Amino acid sequence: MSTQPYRTQKGGLVDRTQPINFTFDGNTYQGFQGDTLASALMANGVRLFGRSFKYHRPRGILGVGFEEPNAIVQLRTGNRTEPNIQATRIELFEGLVAESQNRWPSLNFDVGALTGIFSKLFPAGFYYKTFMWPASMWMTYEHIIRNIAGMGKSPTTNDPDRYAHRYAHCDVLVAGGGPAGISAALVAAETGARVVIMDDGPKLGGALLGCNLKVGDQEGTTWAQVAEQKLRGMDNVTVLTRTQTAGYYDHNMIIANERVADHVNEPAPFIPRQRIWHFRATEVVLAAGAMERPLVFAGNDLPNVMLASAAGTLANRYNVQAGRRAVVFTNNGSAYTVAADLKAADIDVSAIIDARTDIPSTELDIAKAAGIDVLLGQVVLAAVGGKHGVKRVVVGDTPSGPDVTEGQITRTIECDLLCVSGGWTPSVHLFSQSRGKLRFDDEKCCFVPNKGFQRERSAGACNGSFMLRECLTDGRNAGSNAAEAAGFKSSSKELAIASEEPDVHPMPLWALPWPEGNHDKRFVDLQNDVTAEDVALAHREGFRSVEHLKRYTTLGMGTDQGRTSNVNGLALMAGHKGEDIPSVGTTTFRQPFSPITMGAVAGPSINEQMSPIRRTAMHDWHEAAGAPFVLAGAWLRPQAYPKPGENLRDAYLREAVHVRKHVGIVDVSTLGKIDVQGKDAAEFLNRLYVNGFAKLDIGKCRYGVMLREDGIVYDDGTVTRLAENRYMVTTTTGHAGPVMVHMERHAQVVWPELDVKLVSVTEDWSAIAIAGPKSRAVLAKVTDDIDVSDATCPFMAFREGHICGVPARLFRISFSGELAYEINVPANFGATVWEGLMKAGADDHIVPYGTEAMGILRIEKGHVVGGELNGRATADDLGFGRMLSAKKRFIGDVLKDRPALLEANRKQLVGIKPVDGTSQIPRGAQIVVNPTGARPVPIEGEVTSRCESPNVGMPIGLALIKDGRNRMGEKLIASSPVAGIDVKIKICDPVFVDPKGERLRG
Amino acid sequence: MLLIECPWCGKRAQTEFTYEGDATVKRPEDGDQAAFHAYVHLRENVTQWHDEMWQHTAGCRRFFKACRNVTTHEIIATAKPKGDLPDMSSGKITS
Repeated sequence: MSTQPYRTQKGGLVDRTQPINFTFDGNTYQGFQGDTLASALMANGVRLFGRSFKYHRPRGILGVGFEEPNAIVQLRTGNRTEPNIQATRIELFEGLVAESQNRWPSLNFDVGALTGIFSKLFPAGFYYKTFMWPASMWMTYEHIIRNIAGMGKSPTTNDPDRYAHRYAHCDVLVAGGGPAGISAALVAAETGARVVIMDDGPKLGGALLGCNLKVGDQEGTTWAQVAEQKLRGMDNVTVLTRTQTAGYYDHNMIIANERVADHVNEPAPFIPRQRIWHFRATEVVLAAGAMERPLVFAGNDLPNVMLASAAGTLANRYNVQAGRRAVVFTNNGSAYTVAADLKAADIDVSAIIDARTDIPSTELDIAKAAGIDVLLGQVVLAAVGGKHGVKRVVVGDTPSGPDVTEGQITRTIECDLLCVSGGWTPSVHLFSQSRGKLRFDDEKCCFVPNKGFQRERSAGACNGSFMLRECLTDGRNAGSNAAEAAGFKSSSKELAIASEEPDVHPMPLWALPWPEGNHDKRFVDLQNDVTAEDVALAHREGFRSVEHLKRYTTLGMGTDQGRTSNVNGLALMAGHKGEDIPSVGTTTFRQPFSPITMGAVAGPSINEQMSPIRRTAMHDWHEAAGAPFVLAGAWLRPQAYPKPGENLRDAYLREAVHVRKHVGIVDVSTLGKIDVQGKDAAEFLNRLYVNGFAKLDIGKCRYGVMLREDGIVYDDGTVTRLAENRYMVTTTTGHAGPVMVHMERHAQVVWPELDVKLVSVTEDWSAIAIAGPKSRAVLAKVTDDIDVSDATCPFMAFREGHICGVPARLFRISFSGELAYEINVPANFGATVWEGLMKAGADDHIVPYGTEAMGILRIEKGHVVGGELNGRATADDLGFGRMLSAKKRFIGDVLKDRPALLEANRKQLVGIKPVDGTSQIPRGAQIVVNPTGARPVPIEGEVTSRCESPNVGMPIGLALIKDGRNRMGEKLIASSPVAGIDVKIKICDPVFVDPKGERLRG
Repeated sequence: MLLIECPWCGKRAQTEFTYEGDATVKRPEDGDQAAFHAYVHLRENVTQWHDEMWQHTAGCRRFFKACRNVTTHEIIATAKPKGDLPDMSSGKITS
């Protein structure tokens, strides 16, 4: 088809009967089913894919897969848009829309490219050196630099797609579906082990799909297809394609990212776009393959200077001629097969330029058979061309050593494609993440796995076994070994024989000298625009350790994490330091292998599913009554119940007055409730609380205070003795979980000899407090079997019976300071009883009240909550000094007597009132003598709670003030620099209402 | 994510558990302030094998001990609170 001028007409894995239309930078193109965005654009003759990050140099594709540093695009539009996606990993789909990045206003005319002209002004570390001073201006500079650098753009509206998480176990997990991975999976699967094999591509085969090799008498691609069908047909095998093995974590936890619906425009209904898998594998086979390295020479970043393997894969798999006239530049044997493949795809291969002088005859034979000239002992000194690609290469003699800075030009060759091969880098990322140690293989010029740590083994190219026949053997052995290690019996299988191919035999070649008169940049890291000169600069300026090199030059950062650049960069630094490569070391490989979209990481845990919300049994009633809710821990609690025309403040002030005058009910289901049972339950509680519980009568409640072991108040609540060996303990809403753990620790670990059992029953009971002078009258109407008279049910009594016809527990306790009861009923009866009380109390003007009014009532009574239980206050600070039992041991009894906790000048709980009787006390204010005095202003204390008190008739508060109990009547300032408010306050007793407690005993 | 063997429930994912501190400290019997100070505040900053207390929070709620290498995250053994863990003080398995 004329629209795809670089498409060849035979073989390969694209389906010419299925054309696909797509858009890149506003132009429409056609590709075929089986293409990637990169291969389809190449077929259409597009060579310019983007601009580079720093210098805005024109860039094409370097690779065909994970290794790609240049061709990263903005994929899709609107709320599905995604930045920084490798065009080499995007499967083509109908209607695909992509945009290039790093260019403005357009790819062809890019203003930012001016930085390239002035690039002498932009060395490594330029931004740090120039913009870090003055530090306060960095934020301004950063904003501008960001716009110039302009990586892709995040969507500005919510992602409409769903993302899933799955958890699974397997006996043998195979990471990578190339020849080694397939062999391993086949062998392991036949033992009966549960096998998972994963590959990033849409089908298994890996590098085999991009080369022209045979397995047995089958084409490699056919062999892979047959193997995939076989594996998919087995019940004990899971084949996951389009799945990146992203992370190797502790205890053989493998995280993978399956792109379920990224290869279509929109996911089908109920199908997630992506899925994160969490695998726990007994044994792991790593078969992640290898990546070809580029070579470092002047102009090596021009479009159509690409990895030899990439050009070969384009020809063999995608039926694309990456150019019409190619030059192959190599330091190893693997490029010879590629050169022959290019020739077979009707590309004119002008020459193989080989830096080596002495090469095996097998390699020469391949070139000879394909009719390609081989120039031995020659190197490319420079590639020359423009934004649409390389036009010619400048060739010279192989330099005698790394110190040669300028090379003699021996010839110039016209071409529109330069294929480079600098040797191979095994993908040791997953191995390294698993804590495996690497070693440098001098013969293969790369890091390979050395000493493993977890239950894994590497096979094939990621293990430094680059030949297909080695991959098949390695894979088979690894699969068999893994299955046996997982407890399965493996019978050795006959080995498939692979076609012959030349061994790699690389020659170390890290940076080529410049040719005379051409000092174009020699890029090491294409994605971050790091050149050989930048590495030299880092060395000169003392950033010589591998970690410093990375941070100073940004070598190896970015979305590709230096896949094609790290080894070259390390080797150059090693050369400057005069050391060998392994002593320079590598930076740490971290998860994920390749970026994963945040949507997949979050999975289903978004919006209301981000964290659990707890609702009480009466929630629907509160909602219907129009109550706004406030989050208390994970609980939603009603704040107040505004009537028509009332705002929130009107409502809670009305409620607080009403309770003291008539009667109200409040939902207190959220309080922690713990059932404590056992022969030693009393002794256990005695040791937990500062006050005594052994003598508490059955049917009685007692207020209790608990310390931490360090002598600081932990929590408070009531303890009720239900039976001889059974107690119910309440905790504050916020401490319900931690107090339970605290009690469990002491029951199980510290005092295992005590016969005590604990269970949290918070959710089992709905709890309603009914408070106010009419509460007894209302209660009498809804119970037949509980005598609620003061004589039989006095303050701190506990009774069981029925309320509103429902089995109930009744506690005569009061948080509000009024005559009050707390009713507990089995959780599901909560709403029934709540409605029953509202109905029965209608004549007595009963109202519901929320957390705001409850807070006012308790501040008026000086009861402490979270603000006062601040993790710094002792029992005595809070006025609980007299509760501390001297007759028994309890948690915190020893350390509460540390000298600093007994000092006279400690902050003590007091009440405060505004001197003018009207000013609001600012929230969180500090108590000082003179807020405008010399800095630092001495702090006398702090406001812990404050409210408007309709019953006292003025704003009031609770505060912790130094020696506060001895400073009654003293006038100080409550100062809030945050709110900009200073209020004159007077210290008073913390109990503002009914200090003698006559109302609650009424 | 660690794989932790609860002595009651078996192997479970780390998300079910809560780390509950150093298992080598023991609450003093008597009321000596220095001893309690050590119990509450003083900890060895080990780099290798460490006896830890864990709770199976989202499971049986039991506390148990685990001998974990804090550098490599290997867990060599877990035991009930009264049980014994191998002595790894030499860095090698000795029992």
